[in-house]
Amino acid sequence: MTRIVGIDLGTTNSLVAYMDQDTPRVISARHDRGMVPSVVALTDNGLIVGDPAKEHLTRSPERTVYSVKRFMGKSLADVQSELPYFPYTLTEKGGVIRIKLGEKSYSPPQISAMILKELKLRAEAFLGESISKAVITVPAYFNDSQRQATKDAGMIAGLEVLRIINEPTAASLAYGLQKKTQGTIAVYDLGGGTFDISILKLKNGIFEVLATNGDTHLGGDDFDQVLTELLLNEIRRQHGLDLATQPDQMQAIRLEAERAKIRLSEALQTTVTLDLPNGQGRFSRELTRDQLNELCMALVERTLGPCRLALKDAGLTPTDIDEVVLVGGSTRMPLVRQRVQALFDKQPHCDLNPDEVVALGAAVQADILSGGTTDMLLLDVTPLSLGIETMGGVMSSLIRRNTTIPASAKEMFTTYVDGQTGVDIHILQGERELAQDNRSLARFRLKVPPLPAGVPRIEVTFLIDANGILNVMAKDMRTGESQSIEVKPSYGLSDQEVERMIEDSFKFAADDVSARKLIEARLDAGALITTTEKSLADGSHLVAPAEVSGIRAALAALAAAKEGPDPRAIRGRMADLEQAAKTLTVAMLDDSLKQGLQGKKISDVTGSAE
Amino acid sequence: MDEHTHNTGDRRELRMARSMCWHCQSEMAGEYFCDRCVKVQPVSKDLDYFSCFGLPRRLGIDTNVLEAKFYELSRAFHPDFYQNKSDAEQTISLGNSAMLNTAYRTLRDPIQRAEYLLDLEAGAVKDIRTTPPADLFEEILELQDTLNEFRASDRTSDDASALRSKLHVDRTALEQRQREMETQLLQLFGRWDALQDRGEATDQSRAERNRLLKDMRSILSNRTYVKNIVNDLVETIA
Repeated sequence: MTRIVGIDLGTTNSLVAYMDQDTPRVISARHDRGMVPSVVALTDNGLIVGDPAKEHLTRSPERTVYSVKRFMGKSLADVQSELPYFPYTLTEKGGVIRIKLGEKSYSPPQISAMILKELKLRAEAFLGESISKAVITVPAYFNDSQRQATKDAGMIAGLEVLRIINEPTAASLAYGLQKKTQGTIAVYDLGGGTFDISILKLKNGIFEVLATNGDTHLGGDDFDQVLTELLLNEIRRQHGLDLATQPDQMQAIRLEAERAKIRLSEALQTTVTLDLPNGQGRFSRELTRDQLNELCMALVERTLGPCRLALKDAGLTPTDIDEVVLVGGSTRMPLVRQRVQALFDKQPHCDLNPDEVVALGAAVQADILSGGTTDMLLLDVTPLSLGIETMGGVMSSLIRRNTTIPASAKEMFTTYVDGQTGVDIHILQGERELAQDNRSLARFRLKVPPLPAGVPRIEVTFLIDANGILNVMAKDMRTGESQSIEVKPSYGLSDQEVERMIEDSFKFAADDVSARKLIEARLDAGALITTTEKSLADGSHLVAPAEVSGIRAALAALAAAKEGPDPRAIRGRMADLEQAAKTLTVAMLDDSLKQGLQGKKISDVTGSAE
Repeated sequence: MDEHTHNTGDRRELRMARSMCWHCQSEMAGEYFCDRCVKVQPVSKDLDYFSCFGLPRRLGIDTNVLEAKFYELSRAFHPDFYQNKSDAEQTISLGNSAMLNTAYRTLRDPIQRAEYLLDLEAGAVKDIRTTPPADLFEEILELQDTLNEFRASDRTSDDASALRSKLHVDRTALEQRQREMETQLLQLFGRWDALQDRGEATDQSRAERNRLLKDMRSILSNRTYVKNIVNDLVETIA
């Protein structure tokens, strides 16, 4: 069994972890920390990722992408309100956001794939082996499109994503393993861009999620944003400068706001200082923790509603919760801790590093999948109700939110009109009554044999797998035949697009040595096949028939190897072919020389190479 | 236009279809795993949820036993443990897990459990009531009027606050009513289980069986009706 790593693909930072015997560990590069900033920058030397890319945030803001996770599985309309805060240019193609970096545009999964590749390389360098399989975490409240986008990112990065698991439940695995936690726990996970609350029951190695809720657009980024707003306004008032239109200045302010916020988790007061552009002096102000709290209060309050809903769905009250676990860097804020403590009426835990615990849990899940850990099992739920649009634009729920996954529902479809050959099905996710208020996941057309109205009976199975991703199958109940369904995602990449992005990533990834070797070998093999075939066509009369059939056999062997995954096999068959065609090549060379010499003076042949 | 109806399926068949192992074709004797090749077997579509957990078909069940059995079967079927197995086994694991989760969700809740049992025993889809139960008719019509009035009112006005307090009173009354129905149901559940335990095949016991089924069904649908009204009410005055 090859090794499976666990990856926390975060809004702000990403980490990769592995299981060292029975202890999960975060992998850090030499002289480096475990966290890789989720930042990708386009420089004159190509695309760079992580800490070096972070330096470009202020240097070339319009070519440096951060917080890409906010755009995963989203359309441009979904994120319209935050666009002014992002210095890079966003467009949309086929319902998927594209981020412009120089001449090219990239989808969020492609940008995420670059971060994943960095983590993959890190793991490969550390473990000294090739890594091709991973468990990747997502916010529990991610919908189907966002999960699918994450899976796509993994594929583009050359990783087989064996499982998508929820961040708070991953954290619970790490706690369960390392702290032997038991009972009913609430995991409060406030990260850089997303918020999740999960309520779990931990009993005899089973981690049963009772309910989950959250907000995929609420996190540390938002705290930074309100503080940035405040600073921008003050600079405008005091210095008459509007820095909101200057991307590099915006980034500088945002980063200072983030640093000040972090400082105020320890200190009660701090000084915010910013050098104004073009030597126009310096902005400086004192900021107290109370002032920051006041700015962030409404945002922190927004996390409490989902907590109450999750409790209600689990059929519990705060007193039923034995332990509260804090996950995500933003839970370092004292205000967050206070509010959580007040809601659950107990001191929250943060025994494990809130930045690392999700990656550690992902490594535990990876170990479960590879058969290493057998006593632990995670039973997670789907965060949102899944349904279809019915007459009158109403959503009919098929799988309710907080249903344990895998979960399936069957629905029978028939026709209303004689001879009708198709039924359009629109799949939705969300809690609202009207279809239009919910998230459109996909549409597909069910093929129906032309029969009198009401006669066809097509059973459609909607299955949410252990990744929380929907699969759809259809079966004609009259004939018993299964029908393959091509589901067109509303806000996602089609399979073909993902395929193409995988190819692109191979083309551009100078680091992916083995993939590059394969592609190069295939290209070279293709060229050799073409030239050899041309030689055969032109010069097979110059050699014995046995030579020709030898060449044809070697050609066939190479063509077969070219389709395979092994570059060395391809190179081997190429050598065989060159060997087999040697006589032909020499004969043709002689022949062309002979032809060329005819009617030429000796000096033309032996003269300079001009 | 499409039309969809809930598939009730043919769950009435009790026994698990004893057939051959999909993998080694030997006669299946084990419950979910082939005795010979140890491969996981797809849970038969004909297996009812009670049998799935090895429980008798009763309305009173020990939820601790149910949970323990659910955890045990989850460990047997969950896709996490089939990652290194063949595609066929992975598909079976996925299907079995999904079925198991549905079965657990259904049996865990006493009301859903009863509705499911009614479905097994009497074979019909649950009644969906569109008009108020007779004994609540007047009350509910009046409540609907008050609700409509409240919806149309200016929420800050005195009228609205008077309506709101009236609705609060109605809500308490209906919730009380719902609890009464649940108590009644529990009694019926007990009588049903006792009848099953006796296992008589007399005309009298058959008659009681049918009467119990009819009563349970009627109270279940009334309860669902009241519950929906309460939910609506709570949402409106929230």
